This record gives sequence, C-alpha cells and structure tokens, in this order.
Amino acid sequence: MKAQSLITIISLLLFSAWTSLADTHELSGYVSADGWFFPNDPLFPGQEKNNASLAIQAEYYHEWQNGSAFTFVPFARLDGTDPERTHFDIRELNYLWVKDSLELRLGVGKVFWGVTEFVHMVDIINQIDTVESIDYEDRLGQPMIHLSAPIYESRDLGVVEMFVLPYFRERTFPGRKGRLRYSLVVDNQNAVYESPDKNRHTDFAVRYSHSIGAWDIGISNFNGTSREPVFRLNYNDNGEPVIIPFYEQINQTSIELQLVEGRWLLKFEGFYRSSRAHAFFAGTGGFEYTFVGIAETSMDLGVIGEWAYDERGETALTPFSNDAILGMRLNLNDAAGSELLAGLVSKVDTPSGAVVVEAGRRLGDNWKFEMEIYTFFNQRKNDLLYSLRNDDFFRFELIYYY
Amino acid sequence: MSKSGSKFKLKPKTVLTTMLSLLLVVTALAAAETAEEKGLAIAREADLRDTGFGDFTADMRMVLKNKHGQESIRKIRIRTLEVKGDGDKNLSIFDTPADVKGTAFLTYTHKVGDDDQWLYLPALKRVKRISSRNKSGSFMGSEFAYEDISSQEVEKYTYKWIKDETYDGKECFVIESYPVDKKNSGYTRQVNWIDKSQYRILKTDFYDRKNSRLKTLTFKGYRQYLGKYWRPDEMNMVNHQNGKSTRLIWSNYKFRVGLKARDFSKNSLKRAR
Repeated sequence: MKAQSLITIISLLLFSAWTSLADTHELSGYVSADGWFFPNDPLFPGQEKNNASLAIQAEYYHEWQNGSAFTFVPFARLDGTDPERTHFDIRELNYLWVKDSLELRLGVGKVFWGVTEFVHMVDIINQIDTVESIDYEDRLGQPMIHLSAPIYESRDLGVVEMFVLPYFRERTFPGRKGRLRYSLVVDNQNAVYESPDKNRHTDFAVRYSHSIGAWDIGISNFNGTSREPVFRLNYNDNGEPVIIPFYEQINQTSIELQLVEGRWLLKFEGFYRSSRAHAFFAGTGGFEYTFVGIAETSMDLGVIGEWAYDERGETALTPFSNDAILGMRLNLNDAAGSELLAGLVSKVDTPSGAVVVEAGRRLGDNWKFEMEIYTFFNQRKNDLLYSLRNDDFFRFELIYYY
Repeated sequence: MSKSGSKFKLKPKTVLTTMLSLLLVVTALAAAETAEEKGLAIAREADLRDTGFGDFTADMRMVLKNKHGQESIRKIRIRTLEVKGDGDKNLSIFDTPADVKGTAFLTYTHKVGDDDQWLYLPALKRVKRISSRNKSGSFMGSEFAYEDISSQEVEKYTYKWIKDETYDGKECFVIESYPVDKKNSGYTRQVNWIDKSQYRILKTDFYDRKNSRLKTLTFKGYRQYLGKYWRPDEMNMVNHQNGKSTRLIWSNYKFRVGLKARDFSKNSLKRAR
C-alpha cells in the first residue's frame, strides 16, 4: 500500500516536472488496413495468392521551451500471410538538442538525401524496408549521432552534417509465403558481413549541403557497411537453396544537384562506390515540369522524365541499370487533396519494365484512401524483375489518422 | 557665382515673386503626376507604413467552402521575417488535415525575380524544392493562389490610380495593379480599394487572363499591433466563376518574437513543428 502510493507520488511528480517544463507535447499517428490482389497465380512454392494486413504508427513528440525535443515513432505491421512482413520497427526514438542553429540528434532517427522523384540512389543512411513497399521509400529507423552545423559568415554558407552510425540495420525481404520476391527466399537470419564487427560496425558519414540562388547542392561521403547487400547462394539448415545477404564495407561519395529554371526543375544525383571487390558509378537525373491550371480548371499536371544508370549493369541488385522513367503527377487541388501519380519505367535498350499508378484522396478530415497498381511487362530472364513477372498487383489501403 | 551672389539683394517683392513662381511650379508638377505615378505612390506609402515590423507569428484557420456549402478546415501556423532590402521570408506549417500534419512550406520572396520555395514532407523527411513560377496554382486546394498568399512586394506590380471612392463607409483610393511577371501570373490586373486614412487594403477584385472578374477578396476586422501595423482578423476570397470560397481566420498575432534568418533555413524546416 505504502509502496504503491509512493510510486504514485513519484510518478505524479515526474509527470508534473515533465509537463511543467513543456512547451508542446502531442500524440498523433495512423492505423491502416490494406489488401493486395494478384490476378495471376504465384510462381514459386510456398507463395500464397492474395494478402491483407494491418499497420499502426504512433508519434509522440515533446518539445521543451529551449527548443530541445524528444520524438518517439513506433511502427508495427501485422501481415495476413507472410511472417517476414509482420514486423515491428522503431522509426524514431531520439532526443534533439538545439543551440542557436546547431543541432544534435541522439538516438534512432531518419534522414533523406536526394533530389529525384523515382529512384532514390544516394539516400544511404536509413536501410530500406522493402517489405513495406517496392518503391523503396519506406525506411527503417537508424541509430545515430547526428550533428548539424549551419555555417554563417554574415550570410548563409550552407550546412555541414556529421553522422556516427553505431549499429547496422539489415534490409527486410519477403519470406517464403510472400509475393514480390525472388525465386529463392532471402535468408534474413543468416546475413554475412565483411567486417568482423558484423552489424555493430560503426559507420561514418559527412555531408555538406547548400542552396545558392536557383541551385541546391549536396555533397556527401559515407564510410561503412553497405545498405545494399550482395547476394550469395547457399543452403539453409533444411538443405534448401537460399539467398544469403552479404554486407560489404564500402566508401561512397555522392553528389546531388538541382536547378530551378523557370517552371523546370532539373535534377541529378549520383555516387561512386568502392569496396574490396569492385568500384563503380551510378546516377539518376532528369526534369520535372508543371502545367498549372490545365484545361481551365484548378488542376496541376507535373511531367517527370528521369533516367537511371548503374555501371554494374544487370549484375546490380537494383532494377535500374539503364532505365528511362516517364511519369506524371496530377493534382486535382480539391478539398480532398486528390492526387494521381503514374509512371512508366523501361529499359533503354529493350522495352521491358513496369507501369505504376498510385492515387489517393482524403475522406473527411481523418480518413484517407490510397491505391496502387503495378504491372510488370516483358521481363527478361537476366533481369532482376524477372521473378516478379506474375506479380502484377492492385493494392488498396484505408488509413485513419489520429 | 560667388561674386554675383554677394551683389544679390533680397527685396520683399523678389521674395514674393519667387514664392509665387515656386508655387506655380509645384502645382504644375502635382497636376503632371500621372495616374500611374499616383498609383505607385499609394502602393509605396502602404508598404512604408508596414515597414519595420521585424517579425511575427500567427495562427490561421483556412475554411474551404464548395458551391454546395460544404466546409473543410485546415489549420496553419505562419511565421514571417522582414528582410531589409529584399522580400520577406515566410514559413507555413500545417497542423490539419491530419494526413498532411507537419508539412511545411518555406518561401523567400524577392523584390525582383523569382521567389525561392521549398516544401517539407514529414513522412519522407524530405525537403523538396518547388518552382515558384507555378504562382497561379491553388494553395492547398483553396481559392487562394500561391501569388495571393505570398508577400506582396511593391516591385512585383505596376500601378495605376483609377478613382477615389467610398467603400464600406471609408474614403478609399481605387488603384489597379498589374503583375510584372505577366507570363506566369493568373491575373491581368487586380483592383484594390485602399482606405485613405490608414492605407489598408479593404477589397481586391482579381481579373483572370481573359480580363473577366475571377475572384474577390475582402478584409475584415483590422486590428493595429505595436501601435502601427494593421492586420485583418479575416480574409474572404470568393471565386465568382466556380462558386467556391475560402476564408482565412487569423488569430494569435505576435510581433517581434525574436525570429532570426536561421529560423527560416532549409535545415530548420526539418524541425519546424
């Protein structure tokens, strides 16, 4: 009884200390339900045809008067068929310390590097959560010490950032039952590392970014465990052939350039990566042009043309070795915020690729409906997307924001 | 000249003649002020009276109404920094609708040339450059175009005084403004009613590229801050062509809260809440 009341008093005291110092604290997030429909039968043993899942993300944010802040963003997905897609991740759990414009972020965080719309090549800090979506835009939380120091010498001279990344996150891959996988299953439990420190190798990155008039530039260097694994074939304990992800040590130097010229946005991002085994260049760039108020309406239409190149060619663990991408983004500018993004990705030398359509609109203030259609066409045997040739799909998602 | 100067003697008659002729010249000059000059002078005076506020923050509720009368609401926080010798810096942070919560929009307005604009997308943690030439585009699905909500710098328009007229019980100048960037603006002209006593805009009619009346913006509930700067409590934009309207309800104005240029950097955009 006494202990209990003591705990109550202590927690009340803690709570009041916490809140009295507070400037802001808020809780938000979303809950979503989605369904995946695959019109074609799966190709590989163990795969199930359709799928449904539930996801939840919460965000707790607390800011003190001095500008320091605490952020916690847990995420979880419960998948109907694939245990590998059922996962929990801490997207963010960090403390931000701000002094003037100097920022220090400690904990699990997320950053984005890059300028292009379709392929995000230089974005290396956070690992890709590929089971979330195949557009590679979902990322896993990365433990980091992130220092961000703007340079002011009577005027803005850009920002220098330093990252210390003490822990490595392995890429997620669909399991045996899941669709959108390779013919062999990736053995997520038995990843191999070049570094004897394995996933505890400390990676470093440094970055300089600046906006000068119409230009935005970014130059970065990353040294540590490659986020992109090399695939090795092996047998698991049951004697079945599996893919073992091998994570090399790399040094990667990257550049991002963007120019606004009237209604044109011209973009380029690329990197040079070297490891013990190889060294190569990869880059992507293009344009974005927006037509405002098309056909005498308030709709905007953005046209995007991009090209992606990887010097490794077909051996790259990326579907983009030499591909052209044509996209359009239609924004209805209605109260529901209706949007449609369509993209055609194709190899430059032969017509082989994918068509992607994404659309979304709000239903009231807190609900949103989204859908995605992916079709893969004319896949060749040596292409990474060959194993997805039967995996055209339609996905819809209903999201409730709170 | 010094010699003749020493010889020159001021006689009362000479003084009178000089003063009279000066007066004539001044009157002639005043009469010679063209409608364009008068329009520009009014715009400059209005700008001058709003100079020196330093910085301010405010909360804005945006109420979108379609032609059937259905409403949807967006809550936005605004931060503005006055920049000496150039256009203002502006940061808008969205609190609702929930799916765009945390989205932030940063603008560096320039007196001459294109503005710089960036959008922060919190789900991706991405700061995205956007082209400010899309100024005639709708701001968040509202009846306000980007060019309506961006900082109104004198240099972005040319002017012409049309007439004086009483509007809403107040003596007003009626001046037209014409966008300098004719190619990208959605308007051929704007007609502004500016009250003579305080130089506040009370009403603006917007004419589209075909020169037919597109929208009317009215300002209500002006309040004076720091004993000098006038800000409206409400702005109502009515689109005559599609029957929709958007109301901006302003509250919580705070001037000189100590915002700095660094609070309007691309980097600070990522932690704008």
